[in-house]
Amino acid sequence: MSTTVEGPGAARLGEPSAALADLHVVEFGGFAAGPAIGKHLADHGAEVIRVESRLRLDGFRTNYPPYKDGQPGIERAGMFAITNNDKLGVTLNLKSSAGLELAGRLIERADVVIENFTPGTMERLGLGHEAMSARNSGLITISTCNQGATGPHAHRAGFGTHLTALSGFTHLTGWPDRSPSLLWGPFIDYIAVAYGAVAVLAALEMRARTGHGCHVDLSQYEAGIQLLAPVMVEHFATAAVPTRMGNRHPAAAPHGVFPCAGVERWCAISVHDDAEWARFRAALGEPGWARDECLATAAGRKAAEDDLERRVSEWTRDRDRAEVVEILRAAEVHAAPVNDMRDVFEDLQLVHRGAFRRLDHPVIGPHSVPSPAFILPETPDVIASPAFMLGEHNRYVICDLLGVGDDEFDALEAEGALQ
Amino acid sequence: MAEPGAAEVAPLEGLLALDLTGELGWLLGKILADLGATVLKIDPPGGDPGRDQAPLIHGPAGSVGATWVAFNACKQRLDLDLAVAGDRARLLELAEKADFVLEGEAPGRLDELGIGWAALSQRNHGLVMTSVTPYGQDGPLARVPASDLELMASGGAAWLTGDPDRPPVRVSLPQAAAWACVNAAVGTLIAHHHRRLVGRGQHVDASAQCGVLPMLVHAPTFWEMAGVNPMRAGAFLVGRNVNGATMRNIWPCRDGFVTFAIYGGSAGRLSNRGLVEWMADKGMASESLLAIDWDTFEVATMTPAEIESMEAAIAPFFLTLTKREFLEQTEARRMLGYVVATAEDIAADPQLTARAVWADTYLPELGKAVRLPVGWFRLAGPKATR
Repeated sequence: MSTTVEGPGAARLGEPSAALADLHVVEFGGFAAGPAIGKHLADHGAEVIRVESRLRLDGFRTNYPPYKDGQPGIERAGMFAITNNDKLGVTLNLKSSAGLELAGRLIERADVVIENFTPGTMERLGLGHEAMSARNSGLITISTCNQGATGPHAHRAGFGTHLTALSGFTHLTGWPDRSPSLLWGPFIDYIAVAYGAVAVLAALEMRARTGHGCHVDLSQYEAGIQLLAPVMVEHFATAAVPTRMGNRHPAAAPHGVFPCAGVERWCAISVHDDAEWARFRAALGEPGWARDECLATAAGRKAAEDDLERRVSEWTRDRDRAEVVEILRAAEVHAAPVNDMRDVFEDLQLVHRGAFRRLDHPVIGPHSVPSPAFILPETPDVIASPAFMLGEHNRYVICDLLGVGDDEFDALEAEGALQ
Repeated sequence: MAEPGAAEVAPLEGLLALDLTGELGWLLGKILADLGATVLKIDPPGGDPGRDQAPLIHGPAGSVGATWVAFNACKQRLDLDLAVAGDRARLLELAEKADFVLEGEAPGRLDELGIGWAALSQRNHGLVMTSVTPYGQDGPLARVPASDLELMASGGAAWLTGDPDRPPVRVSLPQAAAWACVNAAVGTLIAHHHRRLVGRGQHVDASAQCGVLPMLVHAPTFWEMAGVNPMRAGAFLVGRNVNGATMRNIWPCRDGFVTFAIYGGSAGRLSNRGLVEWMADKGMASESLLAIDWDTFEVATMTPAEIESMEAAIAPFFLTLTKREFLEQTEARRMLGYVVATAEDIAADPQLTARAVWADTYLPELGKAVRLPVGWFRLAGPKATR
């Protein structure tokens, strides 16, 4: 267990109910792929120290709107803020021997190192798993990159939007008569970060049993393929090449998104069996068209899908979205609003679960960060601190955690080791 | 998958998970099985009703749903009728020895049967029970049913996807359950870590609606920080340009689609330059493209008209390429781009073959083997010993 009781992490580490309070994590890299794994751990109380450098800033600080008041700035970026809450930030110049030595000492006291530098960088710096294991035998390291560290396409660089396409999800999104649609943001990164956190926790379990650390080579592509498994099973078994079908379903109808009163107000509705169809008809007031015998079976509804969708749209079009959802849910028919980015902050269920947590950042001000998609009642998440400012915890981490004296710290700063 | 230096002990080997989930929770048990746990799937008599869900695959012994196979082929199975007292007693007995119970019944349902968290944890203080449900264990929607479509809608993901002139869309392969499960696996293993420290388990409450939220990435932040409600834009990328310009990200090519965008930043400039040099090699680079100074190029401040004109010059070039040519040349020329892969492309990808991602597993329900992706998890290091 950690013995740290003072400093910026004190409130968190002193809290007995934080599930991961015994863990020391060091993070190298940027964007989402590495740091969002660290967020999973920090949210539950791990001490996560992010190593940055002023010489090469995280792209989430510099190249990724939105910014506070629309003005770019390294402490103004929303993407950085939502990825790095409850971590300690230290700047080290890894091109200086003193900076490199400090990084090594941080790794010496760590349980876990997370990195998504260009593959091979950590090894070149002498900070890779093999070198560092000699100084810290139980060390767990995880490297995450597009396609993994081995194979003909190892080390290939790419952005998440593109890798999402390589992994098959983009082809499956949109309308069959048109170009595929882009999925928002680096979709696949967020599959891989959850798998990454799972891998780290599994490696910790293995260490608890064997006493040995290990290295995890995480391919974001392969993490994505795990979720594509149903399509691949079907393809290997039947040679079928599944494609996008708008909102339609292989068996259920109606199964779609329908317009409601107002501008860009939509409602998702699906009917999965005959009993639900009967409830749906009743909820609509038994209109004449719905009594057509052809619609009484799933196969019949599927065959008449174009017509059916038009009829449902006629019913939803002039009704308020909330009214449509309320009528259908009261009838136990599958229905939900298509929440927009304002709605997700106001959705009563998401509010009830605390899906977003308000933090007060010194530059950005009050803003929301996502909380975990699960609740641990005995050990709730400990989200409390906004993302660190660049180098904010340099003195705490280097003096208090590593035991460097104040004079030596000033000398390190003067020689540029903390750039 | 074993490589020199690969760990010899699977991380969760020897741990037992009872899996009572339906479709929404199937992947959670699979992840624990991937990590070496024994996963015993408890089905009603006659088997999991989700087993027959389309699309079906066929074998000499019968037909089963592809999704069921994908997420359950790795599990052991036991039929129990939880409406019958004797079978419930059997479940309680099994739960005494179990490390994990995974379930997805409507909240309160297992309690009504006397086999909910209260009963199980009383018999086994160390138990970690994980529930994966559409909206979570309590709150106004806790007992409202939802399928993937409603979860992608209420979780905000559908809003961001699709063509502007048609309704928002979900991904045509259900995602909410899978994202819920991967996140629930994180929660389950955090609870397991804590159990190691204190000897006491807990009831992990995972919501599939919340599992969808990570797909939104920073889109809610746009609303909160900038008052902008980002919307679906078809094949175009939004939110990277101060003049509101959108960048095409998906382009038709000779045999399908590829993904590429004009980006700023150092990597983007290198990528853009690589494309124009490639076009010049083929005699297809326009004067306007050749005139761009890539050292000072910044996409964030261009006007929509400037970007449209660049894209109009690039589009005909992509139409001359196959996906394979595009993939080879983008790698050689250090461009940022991949193909929009189909199942066929992925099955043939040499990278996945080289990393032993595919494995054949015999499935008695089919009477033949199926091919599954297995290789997401790689540990290497000093030989693990017991």
